[in-house]
Amino acid sequence: MTKPDLGTEGETRDDVALSVENLSLDFKLRTEILHAARDVSFKLRRGKTLCLVGESGSGKSVTARALMRIIDSNGIIANGRILLDDPKGKIDIAQLDERSKDLLAIRGGRIGLIFQEPMSSLSPVHTIGSQIIEALRLHRNMSKAEARAETIELLRQVEIPNPDKMIDRYTFEFSGGMRQRAMIAMALSANPEILIADEPTTALDVTTQAEILDLIKRLQVSRGMAMLLITHDMGVVAEVADEVAVMHYGRIVEFGSVDDIFYEPKHDYTKRLLNSTVKLEQNRRSTKRDSEVGTGKVILSARNLSKLYGASTAWFGGSTHAIKAVDDVSFDLHAGENLGIVGESGSGKTTLGRMLLRIIEPTSGSVMFNGDNGPLDVTKLSKRQLRDYYSEVRLVFQDPFASLNPRMTVRDIVGDPLRVTKKIGGKALDDRVCELLSLVGLDPSTRERYPHAFSGGQRQRIGIARSLALDPKIIIADEATAALDVSIRSQVLDLLLDIQKRLGLSFVFISHDISVVRYFCDRVGVMHRGKLVEIGPTEEICTAPKQLYTQSLISAVPNPDPRNKRMLHRTRFKD
Amino acid sequence: MPQYILKRVLYMIPTLFGLSLIAFMIIQLPPGDYVTSMIASMQDSGANVDPRQVERLREIYGFNDPIWLQYLKWIGGILTRGDFGYSFEWNRPVADLIWERMGSTLAISVAALLFVWAVALPIGIYSAVRRHSVGDYVFTFIGFIGLAVPNFILALALMYMSYRYFGQSVGGLFSPEYVDAPWSWGKFVDLLAHLWIPIIVIGTSGTAAMIRVIRANLSDELRKPYVITAKAKGLPEHKVVIKYPLRIALNPFVSAIGWVLPELVSGVTITAIVLNLPTAGPLLLRALISQDMYLAGSFILLMGVLTLVGMLISDLLLALLDPRIRFT
Amino acid sequence: MTAHTFIDGAPETGPAVTPIKPRHQTAHVEVAGQWTLIWHKFARNKLALASGIVIIVMALIGLFAEFLAPALPDASRPQFTNAPPQQLRFFVTNEDGTSSFQPHVTGYTMEVDQASLRRTYVADESVVVPVGFFVQGPAYKMWGFIPTDRHLLGPINASDTMYLLGTDRLGRDLLSRVIYGTRISMSIGLLGVIISLCLGVTLGSLAGFYGGIVDTLIARVIEVISSMPTIPLWLGLAAAIPLTWSPLTVYFVITLIVSLFGWTGLAREVRGRFYSLRGEDFVTAAKLDGSSERRVIFRHILPSLTSHILAVVTLALPTMIVAETALSFLGIGLKAPIVSWGVLLQEAQNVRTIANAPWQLVWPAGAVVITVLAYNFLGDGMRDAADPYES
Repeated sequence: MTKPDLGTEGETRDDVALSVENLSLDFKLRTEILHAARDVSFKLRRGKTLCLVGESGSGKSVTARALMRIIDSNGIIANGRILLDDPKGKIDIAQLDERSKDLLAIRGGRIGLIFQEPMSSLSPVHTIGSQIIEALRLHRNMSKAEARAETIELLRQVEIPNPDKMIDRYTFEFSGGMRQRAMIAMALSANPEILIADEPTTALDVTTQAEILDLIKRLQVSRGMAMLLITHDMGVVAEVADEVAVMHYGRIVEFGSVDDIFYEPKHDYTKRLLNSTVKLEQNRRSTKRDSEVGTGKVILSARNLSKLYGASTAWFGGSTHAIKAVDDVSFDLHAGENLGIVGESGSGKTTLGRMLLRIIEPTSGSVMFNGDNGPLDVTKLSKRQLRDYYSEVRLVFQDPFASLNPRMTVRDIVGDPLRVTKKIGGKALDDRVCELLSLVGLDPSTRERYPHAFSGGQRQRIGIARSLALDPKIIIADEATAALDVSIRSQVLDLLLDIQKRLGLSFVFISHDISVVRYFCDRVGVMHRGKLVEIGPTEEICTAPKQLYTQSLISAVPNPDPRNKRMLHRTRFKD
Repeated sequence: MPQYILKRVLYMIPTLFGLSLIAFMIIQLPPGDYVTSMIASMQDSGANVDPRQVERLREIYGFNDPIWLQYLKWIGGILTRGDFGYSFEWNRPVADLIWERMGSTLAISVAALLFVWAVALPIGIYSAVRRHSVGDYVFTFIGFIGLAVPNFILALALMYMSYRYFGQSVGGLFSPEYVDAPWSWGKFVDLLAHLWIPIIVIGTSGTAAMIRVIRANLSDELRKPYVITAKAKGLPEHKVVIKYPLRIALNPFVSAIGWVLPELVSGVTITAIVLNLPTAGPLLLRALISQDMYLAGSFILLMGVLTLVGMLISDLLLALLDPRIRFT
Repeated sequence: MTAHTFIDGAPETGPAVTPIKPRHQTAHVEVAGQWTLIWHKFARNKLALASGIVIIVMALIGLFAEFLAPALPDASRPQFTNAPPQQLRFFVTNEDGTSSFQPHVTGYTMEVDQASLRRTYVADESVVVPVGFFVQGPAYKMWGFIPTDRHLLGPINASDTMYLLGTDRLGRDLLSRVIYGTRISMSIGLLGVIISLCLGVTLGSLAGFYGGIVDTLIARVIEVISSMPTIPLWLGLAAAIPLTWSPLTVYFVITLIVSLFGWTGLAREVRGRFYSLRGEDFVTAAKLDGSSERRVIFRHILPSLTSHILAVVTLALPTMIVAETALSFLGIGLKAPIVSWGVLLQEAQNVRTIANAPWQLVWPAGAVVITVLAYNFLGDGMRDAADPYES
């Protein structure tokens, strides 16, 4: 066993702003003690970025929070030192008293923190300005007027337009990206030497993510800060990291320069992580059937689909502006084809998917289904007729936890469509359920269990089994892999591809994640503000997009290759 | 904001209408009417009743009109002339009788509300911040008892204890020598000496409920990311609690007027009957038993209006406090 | 230059933990249905568990009131008015100084203060009233149709008296009256809550499922009713009950009145949960599986609601009990010969009675408080356990 010895030669000690030595964190849970971090050591260097990578539950977030001593009250630092470089010698943050002035001065003053939820990480009842001013006055001894002027300057630095007006706005008047900028302004207000960014862009769209990462990186370099960036996304790592620490179940299993990690991974876990990431950068389908794209019989076609919200006249003087969630969208789905619908949040892709099933009624337009019994106008079906349609066209949900009734056994969940639609029960039902479970790679003997006994990936398999129960023609997958960790995600995608090959299905695959769509789909439609701006073969869209919006979208996707950074040279789209 | 107020006030109208219907329904519910019970008592005392006089009385009081007309007359009188009808038992217009009683009901309710706030806020904050500490458990336990003991039992218990240990009679709002005396410092002190028991009695269950609400809300808020942001900014813990989550946890505190006030008004009613306080309660009970219907109906209507106004005030305060409501 | 280091070894398969308590049941959790999980979660709350036992005991007392009560609730003995509680003792000292086992109570000597005509009782150690279990006492009909005269506890000689909780102003045994009162008060709460439940669940689920105008209408009715101060309303309705009605009719009408204003909280809860469940993915999934609306409601939505409804019902029960008690206390609720805790408390309305015979306040009030407290703890525990799937 090689201990991660991070002592390095050829660098002056001043370079290191903070060093963590053998840090262990324990959390007391109801029945057990969780060792969330074990023997973690790393150094943060001025002007450099260290990326802490890991999947959910790897302990990366608590490690970062421990540096500021803001872990939950049931957690303790069991062992180790957190040494902050100081003119008067090193300060061990781990030893400071929870309430001491020194610790308060370090929090926000010398270490700044940005974190994931831009929605909830700022107080909803105070203006943006007052929250930043407060931080300034805490650490920089300013008068109110000075602090206000400085706040406007900070908001300008984080590229918020009209900073002198926005300073008095509330957080709910800001978009997600704008909130994250305000959060950055606050973290930077006291000129900290160290910046901790905990999944700062996970909740954001790709284009916004690119802008925010770009901004953070530029500010970090220009201020010479040391940065600890926590992420699960290898693409982001490749784009911004200098050094990488891979965390797995509380340990740093591998540490090295970004180039080493990507090109010479040593630990099995790192390899696995990289494998599932890089794979998504390719198109598995295209290698097989390049020329056959979009040639089969058209089995589902949408014509001029639109959905308007708020068009009805609002009484009590409400505004009558209708929002066009989906605006005049038309496309065809061919038999045996995977059609991807890609778009950012609010682009109308989910509404579109639900209109195909009439879970949401379209305002105008039509959906034609061309099954074995000839063409069928879905938009004209009665509730009873819809049930037949529902056995041909199935939906796979995003959330593997919410989409399975926790009060039913797996057998009942998977068997429910068979029972209500095909009216079968008893042994026949049981046999079919076993068959379906084996098909999605689950042990049929687990069918008497309840969903809570399964992991996220397994639950998604159960959901897929349910959707296959009625031998459908088409499966609409709405962000079906978005809630899963990277390695699980690629397994589920492979499962879907495998099933498609065996059962001859067609997919409408809705996703915000272009790399997933690229891996999975033959053709892609790009949605933006309710409109289908571009549709074409996947490789063409991903490598040579015609529309400016698509170009900006594609170029904003982080490239998991540190030697070929893409995001920072992205195409910008302003409208 | 003005639009919000307007909307909120307009919204009250159907509720008020429903309220008046219920009050009127209660007036109409007992079989017979005041004349019936008057005749009964006259016959009991051996008097001869002239059927024509009875008819005339019915005519005067409008008991022969169809129900909806009686309602319209009643509600019309209230809205246009402030005329709440006539109290048969007291032989005076209802309006003469109710205002003073409603005034004291309001005064005691508001005093109890202030008591609820003053006690519940510090305890609620303490319990939320020091969750699962000994103090928290003690307060939680006392709170449960406060919730479980009905008002009138608490009143009886306090009455007994103060009789037993202080030899003090606690009924009423004033000692006998001050009841009809003009206002003076002495009378005020005497009032305070009497007021504490009803206020504790009425306020206890509300306080207990409020502590639970604050504790639950504040502990939820304390777990939110923006609290960690505030901590990461370097704010000391007491400031983190007071400036951010408390501000939001105060919402239910303010909106509590909406649900605490009906409870308090209810509490005043029954407590006043036990402790013999000069509020609406004892008079209402008497009016109900003697079927003095306009008096009883007016009390029920006004108590309802009181709580509705309380709710309106709490909604407006809430809008002032929370920008998210103000802007939608 | 950054050193490239790594831990040599295969990736671990799970987080590192040190168990504090031995884990059991984990093997069964996978196949455990919702009620098993709810029970596991509930059973962790010892206070709620104990409260549940208290409630069950109370219910049993109510159920077997005739057998448990040493006397009939209306049997009065004018010579023992306002007699204080007697202590149950187990050993008697015989004349030769030895003691032997004999459960008994001691007799009273009574003095009448001539000026105020007030009676004072002093325990008289010399009079031993032997008591026993399963004794023959006054005859009664169990549940109204099984004639018997056995009582769990009572004086062995049927003409003797035993007042473990004292007597009231007519010389009736308070213990027996509290036991009979338990039956009425507990059942009125239960009956009231069942009526509330039917109203609340029907209206709440109608509003929650159909939405639109139905919802607006029901929501407004709920709002109007819940904004009314309840006690004046109860007073108004209860006062409208004609004096001529039979006690049994009054009992049912009072139950109805009490429940009429208790259903709003339930309806609101059901409506809210219906709303959120209707938007849940698994309900949408059930629709897409081809389930009819009825099947969606009965197979998917209601099972998810049941545990929550049970918790809310448990929390609503004490309100009903307190309401009945308050009305009876004010003299416009239940009336003699029906005995409820409220009717008993009515006897203790003024300070003089309480000062003379505090037991008339203490025992009925104690029964109310303990029951209400137990229901609250139980309901809280059930509410916390109602969703076993949230962590």
